[in-house]
Amino acid sequence: MKLTLKIWRQAGPKAKGQIVDYPVEGISEDMSFLEMLDVLNDRLVREGQEPVAFDHDCREGICGSCGIMIEGRAHGPNRKAATCELRMRSFPDGDTLTVEPWRARPFPVIKDLVVDRTAFDRIMQAGGYVSVKTGQAPDANAIPVPKHHAEEAMDAAACIGCGACVATCPNGSAMLFVAAKVSQFALLPQGHAERKERVERMLAQMDTEGFGACSNTYACEAECPKQISVEHIARLNREFVRAKAL
Amino acid sequence: MSILDSKVPEGPIERKWTAHKNHIHLVNPANKRRIDVIVVGTGLAGSSAAASLAEMGYNVKTFCYQDSARRAHSIAAQGGINAAKNYQNDGDSVYRLFYDTLKGGDYRSREANTYRLAEVSASIIDQCVAQGVPFARDYGGLLDNRSFGGAQVSRTFYARGQTGQQLLLGAYSALMRQVGKGKVKMYDRHEMLDLVVVGGKARGIIARNLVTGKLERHGAHAVLLCTGGYGNVFFLSTNAMGCNVTAAWKSHKRGAFMANPCYTQIHPTCIPVSGDHQSKLTLMSESLRNDGRIWVPKKLEDAKAIQQGKKKGSDIAEEDRDYYLERRYPSFGNLVPRDVASRAAKERCDAGFGVNRTGEAVYLDFSAAIERYGKMEANVHHIDNPSKEKVRELGMKVVSAKYGNLFDMYENIVGENPYEHPMKIYPAVHYTMGGLWVDYNLQSTVPGMYVLGEANFSDHGANRLGASALMQGLADGYFVIPYTIADQLAGEIRTGPIKTDTTEFEQAEQHVRSRIEQLMNTKGTEPVDHFHKRLGKVMWDKCGMARNAKGLQEAIEEIRRIREDFWKNVRVPGKADEFNQELEKAGRVADFLELGELMCKDALHRNESCGGHFREEYQTEEGEALRDDNNFAYVGAWEWKGDPGAAELHKEALKFTVLQLSQRSYK
Ligand SMILES: Cc1cc2nc3c(=O)[nH]c(=O)nc-3n(C[C@H](O)[C@H](O)[C@H](O)COP(=O)(O)OP(=O)(O)OC[C@H]3O[C@@H](n4cnc5c(N)ncnc54)[C@H](O)[C@@H]3O)c2cc1C
Ligand code: SF4
Ligand code: FES
Repeated sequence: MKLTLKIWRQAGPKAKGQIVDYPVEGISEDMSFLEMLDVLNDRLVREGQEPVAFDHDCREGICGSCGIMIEGRAHGPNRKAATCELRMRSFPDGDTLTVEPWRARPFPVIKDLVVDRTAFDRIMQAGGYVSVKTGQAPDANAIPVPKHHAEEAMDAAACIGCGACVATCPNGSAMLFVAAKVSQFALLPQGHAERKERVERMLAQMDTEGFGACSNTYACEAECPKQISVEHIARLNREFVRAKAL
Repeated sequence: MSILDSKVPEGPIERKWTAHKNHIHLVNPANKRRIDVIVVGTGLAGSSAAASLAEMGYNVKTFCYQDSARRAHSIAAQGGINAAKNYQNDGDSVYRLFYDTLKGGDYRSREANTYRLAEVSASIIDQCVAQGVPFARDYGGLLDNRSFGGAQVSRTFYARGQTGQQLLLGAYSALMRQVGKGKVKMYDRHEMLDLVVVGGKARGIIARNLVTGKLERHGAHAVLLCTGGYGNVFFLSTNAMGCNVTAAWKSHKRGAFMANPCYTQIHPTCIPVSGDHQSKLTLMSESLRNDGRIWVPKKLEDAKAIQQGKKKGSDIAEEDRDYYLERRYPSFGNLVPRDVASRAAKERCDAGFGVNRTGEAVYLDFSAAIERYGKMEANVHHIDNPSKEKVRELGMKVVSAKYGNLFDMYENIVGENPYEHPMKIYPAVHYTMGGLWVDYNLQSTVPGMYVLGEANFSDHGANRLGASALMQGLADGYFVIPYTIADQLAGEIRTGPIKTDTTEFEQAEQHVRSRIEQLMNTKGTEPVDHFHKRLGKVMWDKCGMARNAKGLQEAIEEIRRIREDFWKNVRVPGKADEFNQELEKAGRVADFLELGELMCKDALHRNESCGGHFREEYQTEEGEALRDDNNFAYVGAWEWKGDPGAAELHKEALKFTVLQLSQRSYK
């Protein structure tokens, strides 16, 4: 396969970026999108140019490191897949693809396609946990959890923290990310003691970081590689109302 | 006495740990505030250790190379975590878990450590559940289990195919809570590039800020290395792209002994290599072996036809299939340990029975499981005389609920539907049992430096059983180090903060700086990956699933040549004082190029076969690993002497007081 890539190049956080065109050849359909970038980078290095910087680690859709806007779609055209899971057989030969970083105020660009997502960690620090010290736990089977609650909690917990929801949201909201965590703990008895504080603190931190408000466009769910459902946002809203009423 | 003092406490095995905890020193809560601890790594071992130590009152600094602690490689573990809970009432116990782990490791692990691991395993599950880890449950709301290789009980806890993710997010959330409280300072996108030793003790690290490229000095009273395994020395492995040996290797050069580096685990169920472009291999969880049956054609002509694309697996009649694991190992069948399963696959493929274009693949088939589950479901739902299609439909639902995400992953990568066609799998490098030598307290040969998780060597011997790495990482971090570290730190309460403006820190920083300059200034022609791939090929061919003396000697020569070539011809673009991923890779590959040689040297010296270390010269008539307990029942711990080839061997004799050494049999 042959492709033309239009890639966002930006030397550093303060540098001005621009789109640069790169033709790539000799791509096989079995390659992943990132392996295709490897091929390009190999060539750039040999030619004495700077390779394109992008985040990646597991390359199997679980670590949440990768995240690229491809033709304006977070993680590219496929549903249910992170960028690293995207295979070149998803694109027609001869295609032209625009390749950009996540764009959102709380995710400043570090270099090329690499952005700073530490805002997510700070939201987690605000309340994305159950306060239990090591060694304090009762026997694991002491609290039965109905299977369907456990399953639903697992659906929410599957979030990989990639930030596609933010990048794709017209308001740059982190609501789906926050809702996934709030919902997981709202569904489990272990999370109940801190229900009120959790939802309030995490939302407050989300605002502090400069993420936008949710206006129910549901673009996030459509692009989320783990198909986190917007129903979790509804549950978060209920949790928030409940917290205010207490 | 050997200079390796394992510090295993006296007394009967089941009382050692309790007795030890009762006798080691404690640091009182007020004094903990005066003590700084560095934790390098935020996988299961690092996150759990950092969170627990901070909860206890120590000041903790934590490092990882990813942009967030949550992305450590532990996140990718799929199948599950073992614990001796006996919730299934199938006769499991601490003793049985210990027994299986020790035997699974082919009697090359330290008995007391393995026992302790089994002993604390139950508390891990309690802890994780309390954190809100959504483990799988049965209809009564209690925890569900599955079985894994090398065991005849169901003791594996799981969260769909994302157990590592859920356990890590649990530990990460505990860590984030402490970061929020200010008890842990988090340094993400930082890479440890050297250990600083002052007066014989580990006193800090030199780290590179990967965003700015600046070198930083960090001092502490103790340093914990939780930096994972070095499987990426093979270039292609199931490890994440950034997994490396750098932190461990730099520490090795500062005096930490490297133990059993040749013990590598090759996982039997991975997606086969598809081409030269491949950057990593994908694991299909071992849990699939619960329900999948592994086979190749019985007839060579069928295999040939499949290789040429003229036939498909489904064209082969039942009686023409060779379920070779069930045939060779009737009592464990498809659930034999990984090393055994991997070698058996290689044996069939080497004999010409492979089932893909390259001849390096075997089938993992779910059709029998789909039928069995379908019939069960039909019974549950009182469907009499269900049609074949109905049974299949019901069965597929069950299989999809259990393994759906793995099937999706397979289909996405291979482009073939595994419900319709049997999966194709082949062994791939997965885990490294070898690692830095530690004593019973998890302390390395450098006082004040501790090693946890996959980075150490202690619990799995020459082969790790499935679902035991997650268990070990969390055991080390939650339930071992919080106690054992106090023994050393009790002596540090009056030390005061560790200063970093000393000659030792200056020299270490200078050392790191000059190595980076050397990499930048080589200005050769070849990108880093070029050397990494060459190294990987040598390692896979000559120090992989099967090894022999001649091949290993050749490998050592070849690795030396690649290393020389690397330092002459590598090209690292960009600058050192900026975000530079090629420079990061170059540093890691430079270390792999030294480690690889030591691995071959270790494999060459160990004139026996054990677990994942299979020396072709030492096998039974049936082709099983042949140990030599008289001469090799020891841990081989290597001391750095300026060059990997010059490393000096120290031996820690392994004593087995509970189990009789015997040849492993899974027949
Ligand atoms: C695909 C896959 C599936 C697996 N499935 C299972 C399973 O089902 N059950 C099971 O028990 N085991 C499984 N394993 C094995 C298990 O996941 C690992 O052995 C285990 O998670 C290792 O944990 P760790 O904490 O020791 O290290 P890791 O999770 O590898 O973490 C290493 C940490 O060290 C940091 N680090 C490394 N080098 C540096 C440096 N130089 N400077 C700063 N930071 C550094 C990294 O950033 C990271 O935070 C699996 C492994 C793989 C590859
Ligand atoms: S909710 Fe989905 S898109 Fe958002 S961070 Fe989580 S996995 Fe990524
Ligand atoms: S690289 Fe880990 S999710 Fe894509």
